[in-house]
Amino acid sequence: METKNTAIIKKKERRSELYRKLGPLVALIVLMAIVTIMNVNFIQPANLLNLLRQVSVNALIAFGMTFVIITGGIDLSVGSTLALSSALTAGIIAVGVPPVLAIAAGLLMGAFLGMINGLLITKGNVAPFIGTLATMTIYRGLTLVYTQGNPITGFGGGFAFQFFGRGYLFGIPFPVIITTIAFGILFIVLHKMTFGRKTFAIGGNEQAAYIAGIKSDRVKTMVYAISGMMSALAGLILTSRLNSAQPTAGTAYELDAIAAVVIGGTSLAGGKGRIVGTLIGALIIGTLNNGLNLLGVSSFYQQVVRGVVIIIAVLLDRKK
Amino acid sequence: MQVELREITKAFGANQVLKGVNLTLEPGEVHALMGENGAGKSTLMNILTGLHKQDDGTVHINGKQTQYANPKEAEENGVSFIHQEMITWPDMTVLENMFMGKEKKNKFGWVQTKEMKKEAERVFEELGIDIAFDRTMKTLSVGQQQLVEIAKTLLNDAEVIIMDEPTAALTDREIRLLFKIIRQLQKKDVSLVYISHRMEEIFEISNRVTVMRDGVSISTKATKDTNYDEIVRQMVGRDLEDYYPEMTNEKGDVVLEVNHLTHLPHYENISFKLHSGEILGFSGLMGAGRTEIMRGIFGIDPFEDGEILLDGERIDIKTPHDAVKKGIGFLTENRKEEGLILDFPVKDNISITAFEEFSNNGWIDTKEEKEFVELLVKRLTVKTAGIDLPVSSLSGGNQQKVVLAKWIGAGSRILILDEPTRGVDVGAKREIYNLMKELAERGVAIIMVSSDLPEVMGVSNRVLVVHEGSISGELNQNDLTEERIMTLATGGK
Ligand SMILES: Nc1ncnc2c1ncn2[C@@H]1O[C@H](COP(=O)(O)OP(=O)(O)OP(=O)(O)O)[C@@H](O)[C@H]1O
Ligand SMILES: [Mg+2]
Repeated sequence: METKNTAIIKKKERRSELYRKLGPLVALIVLMAIVTIMNVNFIQPANLLNLLRQVSVNALIAFGMTFVIITGGIDLSVGSTLALSSALTAGIIAVGVPPVLAIAAGLLMGAFLGMINGLLITKGNVAPFIGTLATMTIYRGLTLVYTQGNPITGFGGGFAFQFFGRGYLFGIPFPVIITTIAFGILFIVLHKMTFGRKTFAIGGNEQAAYIAGIKSDRVKTMVYAISGMMSALAGLILTSRLNSAQPTAGTAYELDAIAAVVIGGTSLAGGKGRIVGTLIGALIIGTLNNGLNLLGVSSFYQQVVRGVVIIIAVLLDRKK
Repeated sequence: MQVELREITKAFGANQVLKGVNLTLEPGEVHALMGENGAGKSTLMNILTGLHKQDDGTVHINGKQTQYANPKEAEENGVSFIHQEMITWPDMTVLENMFMGKEKKNKFGWVQTKEMKKEAERVFEELGIDIAFDRTMKTLSVGQQQLVEIAKTLLNDAEVIIMDEPTAALTDREIRLLFKIIRQLQKKDVSLVYISHRMEEIFEISNRVTVMRDGVSISTKATKDTNYDEIVRQMVGRDLEDYYPEMTNEKGDVVLEVNHLTHLPHYENISFKLHSGEILGFSGLMGAGRTEIMRGIFGIDPFEDGEILLDGERIDIKTPHDAVKKGIGFLTENRKEEGLILDFPVKDNISITAFEEFSNNGWIDTKEEKEFVELLVKRLTVKTAGIDLPVSSLSGGNQQKVVLAKWIGAGSRILILDEPTRGVDVGAKREIYNLMKELAERGVAIIMVSSDLPEVMGVSNRVLVVHEGSISGELNQNDLTEERIMTLATGGK
């Protein structure tokens, strides 16, 4: 009797868990079907690859944002971090640093900027919203100072750096490959490793996690560092593609990233979320942008539609 | 008001919690509702007050079939429920809390503070409560908060008041006051449902006792016609012999030595030694500073002066992480705020302190984790329909067992337990005492902070009594008497 009940409950649990997991995926498929019906060109492999490449920048930022939001925080500085680390990378390539080294330096720069956010929030006890709002303008300001307000162009960078954002491997855009690898690593870190467990625990009840012996300050600082690093990575792809580092690059990117995370079912209250959801969320936003362009919808209307989709996604999530 | 619950059934999913419960509440009586953790006591009362809806069965108020749509409607009709886990607005004032959702307004919507104050004053006076209205709720002790909750029910002219484990966090004096208030309410023909796992209280305050087991009410009797053993037998379904385990007095070396620990104004000059294999009781009135001392040792709050030695060596504990790494565990007294992640599965709540047990270089072996957790769940007889269910779906006592399981799982050499059996039923208490003894026999050193005197005397090898932040005395097992402890706890010699 007892075991039978248990089995039934578990089955129900698993089923509702399944709905929760599949919700965003179903939404994505439906959306893609609608766009395809309205314009068959959407489903062409070339367009799909293009779509994936477009999505990769937002997806990378959103992956990092997922970690931050699961701890119950937020990172508004991602766009500025992207711009500052891109500008610095472009700058050092321009003075002759080998591209591979410069890329590594750019990523570290992003992690460092994120770490500053983390320290501000943990050691300085500043609310994440306020702390990263401040660094958002600081990092943007530093970018403008460094670039004197002008794009850094013509830094060449040779084949390696250009390949980063524009290359193809086995017919797949290189940024898509990078995004896939980053997704794999972060998925494992979040869902299969103790670091991820600690991240969730902090978002669920920080005080309880702290007393259980989790170094919550350190975990949180690392989480913001991850977010900074992913922003830098996105920035490098962008810079490589445009062959220039724009001082205004990444403006308002935090909004798309947060939208992708939320559409993917991660709770802004912390403690709950999945990185697969974020990937799907980013794909939904990408499909929407791509599809609306294909359909020739004016960019003014596009914004309205995107907002509506976010609301629908969140409402559907609450229903379950 | 007469309340009758007839053949109430209720299932959560496939978990059939109530299978036909009957309960009659007469005007002016204190009716004790007893049963093991998870027996469905809180659930039954939630059905009466409209939070849950029963699957079957009926509620009759003064003979008329009634169904409250929600707790607010029940409250408006004179049925108030003071919950096991109180819900308050910690940053708002006492007055605001009392009138939450039913503020007095004039026709422009302005809140009439003066009128509310007058009414609140009337109730406070009636109950003999003396708490300033403009204090924020969080500055009150749990006991005072409870009194505010009771006062709140009287604002609504409650005729039925349900108290779900009201004394779990009260000081002795507050319990006295509560009982006085209950007797006054009785005189006004208010009837009370009283849920508690403290047997002494049941015999002191209740007129009748109903015992629930396996989803049915198995007996209702006048309190004077029953006794301790009978109630326990009905609750557990068998006799419980030897409530406290036989204590051995073999202790090993000193593992923890605390010297002159001071953190004013909470505690001063605290010195003691803890041996391996020993259970050291910490007694004292609530608010004496026992919890603060333990928080200091564990690195939650810094102390100003003094030192801590582990195996004779001075150690520096700055955060709980340091303490855990040194083999110290700490079960805090407030499970909801500091012990549990309520939305998380039972599994994740237990495994959080023991990642090393089932992970390799940061990789979690989920199968091993599951086995690890299931072992602990079984050992502590946690009643749950599955370790993947959120811990919030467990009954209060079973939640407490989850916190305990978490610290047992941490494999600590030194275990500090702050009110470990709060809200736990008699049978499970006995399990916990046996477990403590077993751990001690394996060489674990245990500190138990408890306000339950019989418990302190029953399980400790040695007791330190704390009075106003200082250790006022040490008692060995042979000179342990309730009087001695109480004298020391109140500052006597
Ligand atoms: N909201 C809920 N969802 C699922 N299960 C629940 C819910 N509330 C209670 N239960 C289950 O119902 C059973 C009875 O719980 P209840 O809280 O009524 O017990 P109780 O008798 O009050 O125990 P305690 O003495 O520990 O407070 C438990 O097995 C619990 O897990
Ligand atoms: Mg209960």
